[in-house]
Amino acid sequence: MAQFNYLNELNSLATLDGPITRGPLQRWVKKSGSENINPSLSNSLKNVSNANMSGVNQSMQKLSVSNQSCNNSILSTNKTPTRLESRKSKKTPSKNKSPGRSTTPTPNKASKTPNKADRFIPSRCNTNYELCHYMMTREEDKNEEPSATGEAIGKALADIEPGRLLQYTCKAPAAPEGYQNRLRVVYSQAKVPSSVKNSTRYIPHTPDRILDAPDIVDDYYLNIIDWSASNILAVALGNAVYLWNAGTGQIEQLLSLEGSDPVCSVSWVQGGGSHLAVGTTTGTVELWDCEKMKRLRVMDGHTARVGSLSWNLYVISSGSRDGNIVHHDVRQRDHNIATINAHTQEICNLKWSPDGKHLASGGNDNQLNIWPAAQGQHYSQPQFLYSFSNHLAAVKGLAWCPWSNGILASGGGTADRTIRIWNVNTGANLASVDTKSQVCSIVWSTHYKELMSGHGYANNQLVIWKYPTMARVAELTGHVARVLHLSLSPDGTTVLSAGADETLRLWKAFMLDPTKKKESVDARAAKSLLNMNSLIR
Amino acid sequence: MSQQQTKNCITLRGSAQILCEYLKFAVNSVLFQRGLYPPETFKAEQQYGITLLISEDPQIKSFLTNLLTQSEEWIINKKVSKLSLIILNVANKEVLECWDFNVQYEEGDVALSKEKNETVGSKDLKKIKQEIRDVMLQIAATISYLPLLDCRCSFDVLVHAKTDCDIPEKWAEAEPVAITNAQNVQLKSFSTSLNKMETIVSYKLND
Repeated sequence: MAQFNYLNELNSLATLDGPITRGPLQRWVKKSGSENINPSLSNSLKNVSNANMSGVNQSMQKLSVSNQSCNNSILSTNKTPTRLESRKSKKTPSKNKSPGRSTTPTPNKASKTPNKADRFIPSRCNTNYELCHYMMTREEDKNEEPSATGEAIGKALADIEPGRLLQYTCKAPAAPEGYQNRLRVVYSQAKVPSSVKNSTRYIPHTPDRILDAPDIVDDYYLNIIDWSASNILAVALGNAVYLWNAGTGQIEQLLSLEGSDPVCSVSWVQGGGSHLAVGTTTGTVELWDCEKMKRLRVMDGHTARVGSLSWNLYVISSGSRDGNIVHHDVRQRDHNIATINAHTQEICNLKWSPDGKHLASGGNDNQLNIWPAAQGQHYSQPQFLYSFSNHLAAVKGLAWCPWSNGILASGGGTADRTIRIWNVNTGANLASVDTKSQVCSIVWSTHYKELMSGHGYANNQLVIWKYPTMARVAELTGHVARVLHLSLSPDGTTVLSAGADETLRLWKAFMLDPTKKKESVDARAAKSLLNMNSLIR
Repeated sequence: MSQQQTKNCITLRGSAQILCEYLKFAVNSVLFQRGLYPPETFKAEQQYGITLLISEDPQIKSFLTNLLTQSEEWIINKKVSKLSLIILNVANKEVLECWDFNVQYEEGDVALSKEKNETVGSKDLKKIKQEIRDVMLQIAATISYLPLLDCRCSFDVLVHAKTDCDIPEKWAEAEPVAITNAQNVQLKSFSTSLNKMETIVSYKLND
């Protein structure tokens, strides 16, 4: 017989789709069986437990109210009843099978743990089991006379937190006014502020070239690159200024300041001349002839470093850490033609509008001021036309629209992170977009109705925005530290970005479509032909 | 005899000192990690084998020094059961976060205590520092799940003392605080063998 048993066993193992003859009972079999046996029992058990639990719950609440100061007791008392309730009010009386499993997940659901963990691991040391047990058992023998010893035990147990709550009356100060949690940037980083607009234009997402920029000063307040109309890029690295000929790739060192003080700003004269203005840490503005590689003159007027420069024909306006703007007429012996007390803190950026009628200045005092040019002159009046205080941080990004009169884009620092578009003719704020990152610099495209902004933490990206909708066209990443400065090439196709990671990257972001370019050339040719005709007549 | 000299000996006062030093660094860590005050007002300091940040603000410094010297006295006399660091919204005084530091009193090394005629512990100091370091690292890690404090905040410390504890000058009774929709997370605890310190953070969960 033994061998037959063995054979039967093998057979039953080999048949996969047959009914299981051995092994544990199916769940539904067990369920129906036990319910048939004693449905009344399971019901009565449920009732009893419910009644019990409500009583316990009430007492728990009382306890927690009386002991509000003690977070621990609230925690433990809240947790335990839910757990018990869930166990007792289960429909199937098969709780003996797996009590551990059924109890575990419920408290978690009720309390909404942020990470939505699948397991609840009760903290045993936090749970006051003696107290819980006492509270439960007390409710059960409520009908009986309360024994004196029981009461005493209960009192001793319930009084976990006797005593008083004390505080020191000389309080610590609150965070300074206007301070914002720096974590805000991290927390809101994941959200993309606006939809990326599909563009038919191809924008390369990698830089065309990367140049090394050792010792570039990682200072948000300086303006140390400028690309001239004659295609020469001036870059200040540390205390030296280098000229990079973008056409030939030739590099020359223009100057090196004495000492280790860095060069704070560089600016080319308008119209493709070879004159470069250089702002220094000592507060002077030097004028250099880059053809002869010779310094022409040194102009003083500031008490602190000159971090921003802007030309308006023969007038160079300089903005300094002392908050003043000085207009220098480079032709005159007395170069200082006007000094304006413009900001209460360092001036981050200065920009003359292309038509030379307005000067925009952004300060570390979160102000953006617009200064009108003096009547018939090329320097500004001492009284501002507008002072915009909408930015919540230093206004460093500043750029005038090259194709639309009186349109200005400005960007704020870490605490602000918005780009705002202004019409200085009306004083209206046309648009405002939260970029979710520090705005370090802005340039407008001359070919497209777009502008580009350079950002800092966390992605150090460049963003191209469509004007006037301010929809994102593209996002260019590559820099591993914040993008400090941006400069547009004279042909308007390439943007140079200077990062704090000591690289200069050239992005062909505004390349013209070859077919379109041809058209425009044709149109120009036709126009000149027309002109010719008019001349002939 | 030689064995006894190498054996570590922590007195009640020493244990209280360890606890208060922990509290100082823990409170400063919370203030820094949670971004309550500008990061430039903090100074890095080496402690427990890690770099911790300590506030340089004179008012915060004096507040904590006064608080902790008093607390140390209370811990020695076993008067304190808990210290709660609460973080409040300055605008509406709402409690956003509560860091509970539970102080429990332990037996220590009974045999050694008898010998020395006072309660002492014999836990290795290195071990204690290791345990404290683990808690500190956990405090730093909490920023990954604690909600952003997107408002001007200030903090206060409430001391849960025994009833027979007298109120010193410049101290006052406080109202108990409650956080609506609170979530609790218990961090690691450490023990000096005379005192056990548990750290629990409760925060307001907003959906």
